[in-house]
Amino acid sequence: MSIPPQIGRGVPRADAHAKVTGAARYSAEHRPTGAVHAVLVCSRVPSGRITGIDASRALVSEGVLAVLSHLNLPRVAAQPRLIPSLAGTTAHGQSFFPMQDERIHYAGQPVAMVVADTLERAEHAAELVGVDYAEEPWTTTVDQGRDRAYEAEHIFGGFVPGRTDRGDVEAGLAEAETVLESTHRFAANHHNAIEPSAATAVWEDSKLTLYDTTQGPTATRLTVAELLGVPPSNVRVVSEFVGGSFGGKAMIWAHPTLAAMAAQHVRAPVTLALTRAQTFSNTGHREEQEHTLTLGARSDGTLTAIRYRKLSPTSHFDDWAEPSLGPAAQLYACPNFEGVYDLVRANTMTPTFMRAPGEGTGAFVIETAMDELAHELGLDPLELRLRNHADTDPETGNPWSSKGLRECYARGAELFGWHSRDPRPVQGARREGDWLLGTGMASAVYPVYSVMNPQRARARVYADGRAVVETGCSDIGTGAATVMGQVAAEALGMQSEAVTVHYGDTELPNTVAAVGSAGAGAVSAAVHTAARKLRDQLVAQALADQGSPLYGADPDEIEVRSGRMSLRGSPGTGEAYGEMLGRNMTFDAEAVGSWQPPGRDSGYGTATFGAQFAEVAVDPGLGLVRVRRMTGVFAPGRVLNRRTAHSQLMGGMLWGLGQALLEATHMEPNQGRWANPSLGEYLVPVNADTPDVQVEMLEVEDRVVNPLGVKGVGEIGQVGAAAAIANALFHATGRRFRDLPITIESVMAPA
Amino acid sequence: MTPPQEGRTGLAGLAGHTVPRQATAAERDRGEIGPEPADVLLTVNGTVHRVRLEPRVSLLDALRERLDVTGPKKGCNQGACGACTVWVDGHRVLACLTLAVACEGREVTTVEGLADGDELHPMQEAFVDNDALQCGYCTPGQLMSAVALMKEGHHRDDAEIAEWMSGNICRCAAYPNIRRAIRQVRDSGGRAEQEGES
Amino acid sequence: MRSFAYSRAADVESAVADVSADPTSEYLAGGTTEVDMLRLGVVRPRRVVDINDLPIAAIEELPDGGTRLGGLARMSDVAAHPVVRERYPMVTEALEKGASAQLRNMASMGGNLMQRVRCSYFRDGDRACNKREPGSGCAALDGVNRTHAVLGTSEHCIAAHPSDAAVALTALDAVIRLRGPEGERTVAFDDFFLLPGDAPEREHPIGHGELITAIDLPVLPVARTSHYLKVRDRESYEFALASAAVALGTEGGTVTEARIGLGGVATKPWRARRAEQALAGSEAGPEAFARAADAELADAVPRGMNGFKVELAKRTMVRALTEVAARTRGGTA
Repeated sequence: MSIPPQIGRGVPRADAHAKVTGAARYSAEHRPTGAVHAVLVCSRVPSGRITGIDASRALVSEGVLAVLSHLNLPRVAAQPRLIPSLAGTTAHGQSFFPMQDERIHYAGQPVAMVVADTLERAEHAAELVGVDYAEEPWTTTVDQGRDRAYEAEHIFGGFVPGRTDRGDVEAGLAEAETVLESTHRFAANHHNAIEPSAATAVWEDSKLTLYDTTQGPTATRLTVAELLGVPPSNVRVVSEFVGGSFGGKAMIWAHPTLAAMAAQHVRAPVTLALTRAQTFSNTGHREEQEHTLTLGARSDGTLTAIRYRKLSPTSHFDDWAEPSLGPAAQLYACPNFEGVYDLVRANTMTPTFMRAPGEGTGAFVIETAMDELAHELGLDPLELRLRNHADTDPETGNPWSSKGLRECYARGAELFGWHSRDPRPVQGARREGDWLLGTGMASAVYPVYSVMNPQRARARVYADGRAVVETGCSDIGTGAATVMGQVAAEALGMQSEAVTVHYGDTELPNTVAAVGSAGAGAVSAAVHTAARKLRDQLVAQALADQGSPLYGADPDEIEVRSGRMSLRGSPGTGEAYGEMLGRNMTFDAEAVGSWQPPGRDSGYGTATFGAQFAEVAVDPGLGLVRVRRMTGVFAPGRVLNRRTAHSQLMGGMLWGLGQALLEATHMEPNQGRWANPSLGEYLVPVNADTPDVQVEMLEVEDRVVNPLGVKGVGEIGQVGAAAAIANALFHATGRRFRDLPITIESVMAPA
Repeated sequence: MTPPQEGRTGLAGLAGHTVPRQATAAERDRGEIGPEPADVLLTVNGTVHRVRLEPRVSLLDALRERLDVTGPKKGCNQGACGACTVWVDGHRVLACLTLAVACEGREVTTVEGLADGDELHPMQEAFVDNDALQCGYCTPGQLMSAVALMKEGHHRDDAEIAEWMSGNICRCAAYPNIRRAIRQVRDSGGRAEQEGES
Repeated sequence: MRSFAYSRAADVESAVADVSADPTSEYLAGGTTEVDMLRLGVVRPRRVVDINDLPIAAIEELPDGGTRLGGLARMSDVAAHPVVRERYPMVTEALEKGASAQLRNMASMGGNLMQRVRCSYFRDGDRACNKREPGSGCAALDGVNRTHAVLGTSEHCIAAHPSDAAVALTALDAVIRLRGPEGERTVAFDDFFLLPGDAPEREHPIGHGELITAIDLPVLPVARTSHYLKVRDRESYEFALASAAVALGTEGGTVTEARIGLGGVATKPWRARRAEQALAGSEAGPEAFARAADAELADAVPRGMNGFKVELAKRTMVRALTEVAARTRGGTA
């Protein structure tokens, strides 16, 4: 497939200059005149009732304007109901809004909010608010609630059924010559974007402007409007710069609404920024979880049955589990599958999306199990995967809209040097001093989610030859803004340098939240539609214009390059967009494009695939693991910008490293709160932990998912990366590591 | 670091007025100040600002909330992420664990002071060239560390660069590209090193 | 953060007089612990006295060949000093494995010794902690205690001492110079850190207002062959799970002198005297090293999540000894 010149180019980020000079303003950095600060007070207990709030000391503290709690905060206008932001409507992160009554459902739940003239004074007064609780019994972990587990009807905000069956698993297991069963435990995780969530609320009469840290400005608008009981058109949300997100800003949590309520109360603009510790209990998390997998296979490696159960805690208001069973259900051509989500009601907030939600954990389980099966059967792990390659979608039997997995395996193996690998998984077979070396691989899969609402963009060409393209989406660091310009330029027949992008504002045409790796597909579809429409409109104008050299020409014979329309094969005959506009005394031309997504039932399996490879060095004496190199090859459909896509995939793979070796939030067993809500104790990789990462993208043509065939790169990089690392650890040590993260104490060879 | 220039940040009008280089608190024998707000003279990117603040105000909050210098970022407010990295008297430090009042008489440099007018610092250019950023929130801190690292001479090889950049967390994990940007500046003749010296 | 007053001290004498006379005043040096503690509300002074202008930041060679590190010398400056690098490599290594480059530019040597524990129950205002609030109990005993100590603990406190540099300094028998209202005095390094016992709130045998003016490193040829090994989950920017500072002298394969400090596993910078005694006169090899490590950890008390630290401490010590022994092999240290 020929790649048009603007799309795919590695043009530098549109917002890079603002970000390297410090000019980029994030949500807590807008300074409307008279702005004051709000600070949350959060529950110290995980369950019970508030029996008293003593605001007297806070209220007399210097600079304090208000202390708000369930005693004096207005009731919200609607009971929130969790709906994933991909749906394009309200996106309540949980079916609960705090500070409405005295009930405590989880530690860290906001119970009061202090507003003061300066940040220091608000922070200090928040410490002075006295809250008394009547604590009640609680459950916060899998182990505490295991006896009361129940099978979910639906999970993931109602999007995914609690049970999936295909074929006959009992029969498949009876047919198997090898059966493997394994249990895997995962610590809870937190997103920890470096920008803590924040909102600045400004009221002008009945109109609210919110500077919010969000993956979806429209989602914020609709959610906040519903809670406040005001028309959505009265709420403007601006979110040009978002300091990382990874799912933690995908759903709309309480704080933007609380900021708006506080601003209303004190009649001044209010900034409410969560502290790092508060983000752990106010913006969701990846739940603690336990997976049990049974694999049945014939001696040639062919899978005959997969049985899978996942157990995890959810909140008291929602049945949420990340959909971890997807990779096991979709990766291999296994006719018999049974998957069940079991839940435990717990005193936590509702868990939420976190990068590769479900696929990150699920791929770890199926891909380490496949490695184990390969070892049991004496097969090369890559060969085992090829033998079970799913030529069609195993869940539906539908053809894939595009795949490319075999090509990813082949190219990855070549780049990594897989075929010269010493197959022995023996401790010390490959050694450098105290370090044992091993290599491993895994497959990657991530669904291409279909968005539901029309995706809109506006394109405008000025008589001076420049263009502007606008959509409401935010750029959370993905490069969405950059690719908007490229896609528009491509469709308009211009250089992307001549296109300015406007984004991150609900006053601009609506696109869906940047979630589920669907942002680039949705935004590019909208921009392509708008820009193509504008181009056709301008060409039509020229052809109808007696003053144009193209007057009366066949529209199919027109091509546009660098903003100049000309006859194909006769480049001398033509004129620039600007020339024509100027001659007609118009200074611009504009079109709004709307792309209607195909809906969920396209008749195709839609997913992005990839192959992951890793080499580790293990010091079994001291329990140390160092990842020496990682190679990932992915088939993400059309690549809009090689540079930003590369960064996304690299970042995802390094997230896999963190998931494998470092990241864990522990629940304090006696107090029911997160024990390590800080960046000093929740360990994410630092520079010295990260090797250089080799990333390659194999473009596959996809005519189903969206007009440009864009499948997304936000999450696929993480899927399977942790499994490749754990498989490499097995290769180095001969020992299986089934739980994440893999810690020093588990790696230390027994004394 | 280029020599201090008055009014270079363009913030003087907003946050205070430009005054000559001042004596330190000790030299002026002011004795005890606070806990109520007091006037403090802060030199930021070569411009002196008179700021009224309580002694408990951190340098980070003074920059962000009082002077509208929002390049230094608040990621953790407890010295665990590096997003607030600035220079005090040319050394990279964490603004969240520094009291603003303790910076009177010292030179504070933030990411806003790196570029020379419209001309980006070579390290800023290298970050753009190498896509050494994604969401951009840790980027000002990364840049202030990266330029300081050049001055310190901790750029011999990738392992050394990685270790001496490990005080700046990048959750997007642009780390390999950050190392590449630093190598680019190192290998292009140490221009950043010269410019980094005050 | 509560509000407080601020003053900046111009000379050591008046600073010491000022703070000694006022129980509500505290020193502010690099601020890396103090500002953090102020924000957490763990310390609540009426006033902080900024001592950063005091002339006690020098790093000097002493007439007897020792080295004096000023109390306000920054970690980064000490680590980079050519005399420290050459004569006490484990001090440089320990310093450079601590915190981050930014924090090392800020933190003073005196402050490093005075830093508070990282126990989350100590840092979090409303959890039981005898160190923060005597008599309130120790929530870490049966809480999340993976990073806590196994040596020098009591039923009242199991928080691990967080310093890396102090682990090397204790192995050196450094001497701490203090200035108080009564004048100067010195305290042996090991004596400067108190075990928690039944009074974990008392961490150092010093009076309010006494100021660390310097840390003296003795003449110690064996320290030229020394090494600091730090084990932690991530490669950098994290406190030790276990660490060992080791200086070793051998002659003909026999240990003539061993100095060992352990970090990350004890409630104070841990001088491993039992291990040193076990090693003296032994053949410098794996058996003696293992025996020494076993001896040192014999009284270790593991808790729910930190049991692995007993073995990890032994292996870290053995590894550090092995590394240094390899360097001394074939000659005297």
